Order: sequence, then C-alpha cells, then structure tokens
Amino acid sequence: MTAVIAAPAPKLLTPAQRRRAKIIGIVLLVLAAFTLLVFGIGTEGDATFKFVIPGQSPTEIPDLTVPGAGSSILLAGVLAFLGAIQVTRGFGDKANLVLGIGLILFVLAFLIWAAAGSPLGAFNFTSMLRETVLRSFPIAMGALSGVLCERVAVINIGIEGMLLGGAFMAALVGSTQGPWWGIVAGVLTGGALAWVLAVLAVRYRVDQIIAGVVINIFVLGITSFLTVRLFAENPQFNNAQILKPWKVPLLGDIPIIGDIFFRQTIFVYALFVLVAGLTFGLFRTKWGLRSRAVGEHPKAADTLGINVYRMRYLNVVLGGMIAGLGGAWFIIGSVGRFDENMTNGRGFIGLAAMIFGRWHPIGALGAALVFGFADSLKQVLGILQTGIPSEFLLMAPAIVTVIVVAGLVGKSRPPAADGQPYVKE
Amino acid sequence: MELELRGITKRFPGVLANDSVDLTVRQGEILGLLGENGAGKTTLMNILYGLYSATEGEILVDGQPQQFSGPGDAIAAGIGMVHQHFMLVPVFTVTENVVLGVEPTLAGGVLDLKQARGDVERISAQYGLEVPPDAYIEDLPVGTQQRVEIIKVLFRDARFLIFDEPTAVLTPQEVEDFFGIVRKLKDDGKGIVFITHKLGEVLGIADRINVLRRGKIVGEAIPGEVSESQLAEMMVGRPVDLVVAKTAAQPKEPVLTVDDLVVADDFGNPVIHDVSFEVRAGEIVGVAGVQGNGQSELVEALTGLSQVVSGHITILGQDVSKATPREIHDIGVAHVPEDRQRSGLVLPFTITENMVLDSYHEDPYSRGIAMDWDATAKMAATLVEQYDVRTPSIDVPVSNLSGGNQQKVIVAREFGHDVKLVVASQPTRGLDVGSIEYIHERIVQERDEGAAILIVSTELDEILALSDRILVMYRGRIVAEVKPEETTPTDLGLYMAGGTPS
Repeated sequence: MTAVIAAPAPKLLTPAQRRRAKIIGIVLLVLAAFTLLVFGIGTEGDATFKFVIPGQSPTEIPDLTVPGAGSSILLAGVLAFLGAIQVTRGFGDKANLVLGIGLILFVLAFLIWAAAGSPLGAFNFTSMLRETVLRSFPIAMGALSGVLCERVAVINIGIEGMLLGGAFMAALVGSTQGPWWGIVAGVLTGGALAWVLAVLAVRYRVDQIIAGVVINIFVLGITSFLTVRLFAENPQFNNAQILKPWKVPLLGDIPIIGDIFFRQTIFVYALFVLVAGLTFGLFRTKWGLRSRAVGEHPKAADTLGINVYRMRYLNVVLGGMIAGLGGAWFIIGSVGRFDENMTNGRGFIGLAAMIFGRWHPIGALGAALVFGFADSLKQVLGILQTGIPSEFLLMAPAIVTVIVVAGLVGKSRPPAADGQPYVKE
Repeated sequence: MELELRGITKRFPGVLANDSVDLTVRQGEILGLLGENGAGKTTLMNILYGLYSATEGEILVDGQPQQFSGPGDAIAAGIGMVHQHFMLVPVFTVTENVVLGVEPTLAGGVLDLKQARGDVERISAQYGLEVPPDAYIEDLPVGTQQRVEIIKVLFRDARFLIFDEPTAVLTPQEVEDFFGIVRKLKDDGKGIVFITHKLGEVLGIADRINVLRRGKIVGEAIPGEVSESQLAEMMVGRPVDLVVAKTAAQPKEPVLTVDDLVVADDFGNPVIHDVSFEVRAGEIVGVAGVQGNGQSELVEALTGLSQVVSGHITILGQDVSKATPREIHDIGVAHVPEDRQRSGLVLPFTITENMVLDSYHEDPYSRGIAMDWDATAKMAATLVEQYDVRTPSIDVPVSNLSGGNQQKVIVAREFGHDVKLVVASQPTRGLDVGSIEYIHERIVQERDEGAAILIVSTELDEILALSDRILVMYRGRIVAEVKPEETTPTDLGLYMAGGTPS
C-alpha cells in the first residue's frame, strides 16, 4: 500500500498575523516615545532601588541609585530599537516575547520616574516583588481552579463565590478550631460549592454561566448576611490565627530570590507544589489524558469506555477545593478576619489569568504573577505619592487585565467542548 | 468463535428503528450489512457497541449472552467499532488517541508513553497501517486518521470489528488501500461487519451480505450469486433504475462565468486560488473532489454568502462578485445548500413558512408589512403536490419530515421560480434511493428546460451519473476538466488526490 502521510502544510502568515506583527512593533515604538517624552525629558533627581527588607534579609545588598532622566532615555532607546526591528523585519514567533520584554522595560522606566519624582526618591524592589507573589496567590488559585474545570469542559464562573465561601468558613472554623482546621474548612467549602455546580452543569445541564453566577450571588448574599448577623455580634468567631511565614532552609537564604519566594507562608509553597503537580498530572498521567479527552471530545472518550460524567464531577470538585484553599488564604494567610465581599473580584481575575495562561497551570501561574504585580504596583505608587489619582491606581489591575486578555493573548484555543454539556444518547 | 445478535428490537419514541434483527458474524469472515440511509444500520451497531440498549433481544459472544451497559463492556467482550465520524481527539497525538482509556502506566498512574508508542508501531507494522505515532491528529489526512481508528480498535484486542460507512470520507485510491487492510484483518482471523449503502463496495469486499430495510433483515446474499440490481431491489423494496436517464446535453450560451476567483477563509488563508470556469445553459457541470478542498467555499462565493477577495463572478452578463444573496437569487439562481438542516431550512418552521423563505417580501405573499398567509398556503400546497413531498399537511414543522422530504421542500422552493442557474451542493447526501432518483430527475428536467446546473458532490457515482462535464477540485484549485464518458472513477480519484493518471 502507498503511504500517504502528508507532512502538515507550512503555515502561511495570514494578513491578520502580519497586521498583528505590525501592531506589536508600533506599540513598542509608542512605548518608546512615551518613555522618552514623559519619563525621560524633564525628569530630575535620582531613583534608588533598595533590595534589603529591613529585619529580614540575611545579607546586605547595596542600594542601586540611577539617574532618573538618563536611565529612562536609555530604556526608550532600547524600546525604539526593538520596535524598529519588529516593524521592519519582525521577530516572527518571538514577537510576543519581545512585547513582554518591552512592557517590562516600560514598567521599569515608569518606576524609575515615579521614584525619582517622589519625595522619598527610593522604593524597595525586593519588597515589591515579594508582595507580587503574595497578591498573586488567590488569583493563581482561581486560575488553577478554572484550568481544572475547563479542561473537562465545565466553565466555572463560580470561582469568585468559592473563594469567598472558602474564606468565610476558614474564618469561622479557624477562629474556633485553629488555623489548620480553618484551612480544611475552606477547602471543603470550595469543594462543596463546586459539587453543586457540577450537579447543576453536568447532571441537569443548566447553562454553566448561569449556574456559576447563581453560586456567586448565593455565596455573596449568605456571607454578607452572616457577617452582619453572626460576626458583628460575636467577634470571637471572626478572629482566626494567622500562619506565620516559614523560611525554607537554604533556599530562604539566597539574596533577593529567597526574600521573594522562600520566606512566605505555607500557602505560597502549596501553590508551587500545585502548579508542578497539576502540570505533571494533566500532561503525564492517565488521569490527565482522560481529563483532557473529556474536555476536547467527550463523545470519543465515551466510546472508549471513559465515564465522562465521573471525570467532570471529579475535576470540578477538585477545582472547587483549590479555589477553597485560595479563599482560606484571605483569612489564615493574610488578615485573620472575614469582611463582606473581601475577595473583591479576584476569582474573575483568576479566570482572566487562566485564559491568558492558555489553560495551562504554568501559564496560569505566570499570568497570576502579572496581575499580582499590577496589584502591588498600586501599593508602591501609593507610598511614593506620585500624584497619580488613587482612583486610577485602583483601576490598574483591571486595566492590566483588559490589555493582557485583549492584546497579548492573541489566538489561544480553549478546550474544544468547553461549556457544552455532554448528552449521552 | 462467533458474534450473534438475536431478535434485537429498538424502539425510539414513535419509531421502530430495529425490528427483531438476527445476525451472525464468525471470525475470519466479512459480513456486509447493506441498507439505505435510515434503514437502522447505525442504530443496530450502536446497540452492539453498547452505546444504546436494545428494547428487546440479546447479544451473544461465543454463545454467551452479554449485558452491555456501555462501550467499555463491548470492548471487553472483544468488539471494536470504527465510527463513521471518527472518534479522535484532534489535539492529541496518534499514540495518545490509541491508548486513551486503556493507558499503559507506570507506578502512580503515570503514562508509559514509550511502551504505548512501541505498541502502536508494532500493530502498525503487523497490519501495514502506516501512521506517524507522534503526529497530532488535526495535522493528518482523513485516510491516515482512519488507520489510527483501526489501530485503536486493534490495540484493544478486538476480535470483531465494525466499520460504519468507512469509505464515505476516502478517495477511490484510499478505498483500495482500505480494502487491502480489511482483507488482511480477515486473514488474521478477525470477524468484520462492514456497514454501507454502496452496492459495489459490499459486492467487492464481503463474504456474505445481509440487507436491512426499515429496521428488518429482508434478505441474505452471497456476492457472485447476485447482481447489483437485485441487491438494490432488496435494499429499496422495489426495482430501481441505477442509471440516471438523460439525453446528451445541448449547451447554449454561458450563464455562469467565473474568472480568476480567489476566496479566503475567516483567518485570511486563501481557500480558492484563481479558479475560472463557465457553466452554459442546458448543461450540468459536476464539481468532484474530496470534502474540504474548497467546494463549500466556492458555492458560498457563488451564492453571495461569502466575500470574494479578487476575481469576478458573472451571471447572465451581470457581475455579482459583490452582490448580496437576495440580489443573486433575484437573477434566477436556485441554491440547494450542502447542509439542508443547517442552512436550507428553518427546522421548527412549517412547510408553508419554509416554502416562502425566499419570496416572503414579494407580491402576493406579503403586502406592506403584513403577510398574506392564504396566498402563501396556496403556493405551498401547489408545490407540495407538484414536488411529491410526503406530508400529512403543509402545516407540520419540517423537522418532522424525513431527510428525503426535507430535501424535496428545498428543491420545490428553489426550483419553483423561473430558474436560470442551479447551484446544488451535495443534493442527495444521506437520502434514500427513492429520493435520490427523484432529485436527480428534477435536476435533469431543469437542465432540459434550459437552466445551467452546477452540482457539487463528493459522491463520485453521483457526479458521473449526472454531469455533462466534470471539474475536479483539489486544494482550492480546479485540477482537471473531463467528460464523464471519457474518464473512469480511478482516474477521477487520482485527480482528487492531486495526482495525474499516467
């Protein structure tokens, strides 16, 4: 017989792709111009980066002081160079990476400008990145929860509610039974809410968006009610112990890196373990192969004897438990007490991180770090008193979300059956 | 060793899909299951594969009654199925698709992909099923995908293989390869059920033939002892004329002229490259090709449903490259779309409503903003009569009609006007023989009345039977133009695969 295994046809650059490449180049050039005109020209004073967190960092690292105007002009030059190459020759499939680098340089220039212009003239770089990791935690947990659910084609809009519900129960149980039981309560609450979603979405084939929204509204309503009724009158039920950061031996002593990653609470370590575990699980194990098959082509999975419904229940509940752990962090890993709507949309940003991260655990973590950075930037700029209106700073994470999801993601492909109930014939 | 179905009956609400069917297949033989579309073949096989449960009757493997609650049980009993629509995950590799559900694992559920790849290569070598183990399914041609499906079944140690309309997606050359594989499987002692509605194929490959009509086994035959027309009669229940009766074409002036047409898909990729041809009044031009080679896009461009990147489409001297579908319709173009349920009909609408979809804005069916339902109903009743649509009333939703009658509604609506050009895409796909005959007759009749006809079909038999001239499309280009009487299916198949006959 003849072997007609054709090699895949070479992919042509479509007009849309060519347009996109041009747009990326132009964006870089605009950033360069902005950096030069706003951050560069007319900026006086120096910016100092501090790398040592007082009372914590093991080694002394000298501060780094750079001239405000000079460094911005230099960065503008680099941006213009990258933009010019992208417009003329193009970086091909590395264009997104170059855009990412460009954005980092731009943010750097912005920070230098902000520091140079502020009365303090300095800010703590290590502390900012440490804060980034911390703040990205609930977003990352939401994103991982979304990855698990959507990989089996169940859209989970209810992550916000699962975070909030997990936080509430963590506060209640954590206050009475201790922090570890608080964490367990948060995880179980997330799992229980996810089970409700699974019953509605998988068994009764309720529209998944509506089912998720219902969970969000329900959790917001009942926790707000109980906060007023229960916690206000019994503050002892809303006063959980917070877990202290724990230094990882050896790794925690690395300058800067140790401060950022390895002197955190157990939650952050759990996140790293989860990302590694889920990546391995989804792409290297039987469970992962079947999960992905159920999300891509449930009928094919069914004809091979895989129980589509069981896989969906399992993964949605696991996803809910991860979101519940994210919720517990708000109490046990952060402030120790529950407030009305304290998750404040982190679950939705988590969904954006999932899309930006292309339904991949590592991508989701990376995306969550970007959003966490936007979040911590807000705080740094508040300290530096830049004169940018605080309302605008509050919008920063949302703006980053929009830019990232609309502009940077490009074409990413969700699981093929995402959001579709499976009907067995 | 044998697989036996005994008295299988399957009732769906209002339909008796299978009526006490008895059927036996032994190892080392090929059983052809012949039947029209809608005869209940696929339902029967889905019962055998555990996807449906039978209302009555039992399945026996080696004399042991079986209880299948899902495909997993059928697989365990040694039954494997190659579905008509492949059950492959496009973003998985060949190996991943093969092992899905019965994955070889190391400790802790970790996939043993090395072992899996080895197994794929072993089966692949044993049966001559060439596949690239690490390629992604979405990058492979359908013929290769089918081989992956077969490996998938063999990997599960199936002793009985069911092929559901396996040749529908293949070129004639691929069909030959495929038959070779099936014979090898048979020699290896597998029992094979070959489901099809194509007479020639079942005669060519099967050891025994069972004919299914309206859910019942109506006859058994041995190839060599029956003729094609006898089989056809068994399948349809009455004598069938296998050739389309038509006189030689008398082409007149060109009606449709296409010049250097270029069409792109939604992502800007060109899907039709510099296509030029013309269709004259009084002739039928058939466009042959394997599905997905630009035929659908060509039809969409001709009927105004998609935008033309460059080039010109001229109908009766009028440039319609930028015209809307209604403008094109008003020139006298009838369009029988590829997917009748998705783009030909509004399924929940009644016959009357569907009949007036293209002319609701015209006198006498509407005046101002108000519909005149009396006039519309009168028109619908006339067309139903004229085009032999079998229906209890013109007020039933078209979703209640059979495929053949649905298609007749479309044909009635489109041919009911003064037609200058007919563009028909897959006009008989999935229809029973009676409806096919009828639609073909109607098309020839339109030709004889002076219309220009363009038929797009992936069924070579249909193209050969109907066309006065044949164009072959391959990867968005017209690669050949031939006369049906001067070509053979083999040559056409080569063109369709991008080759040239030597």
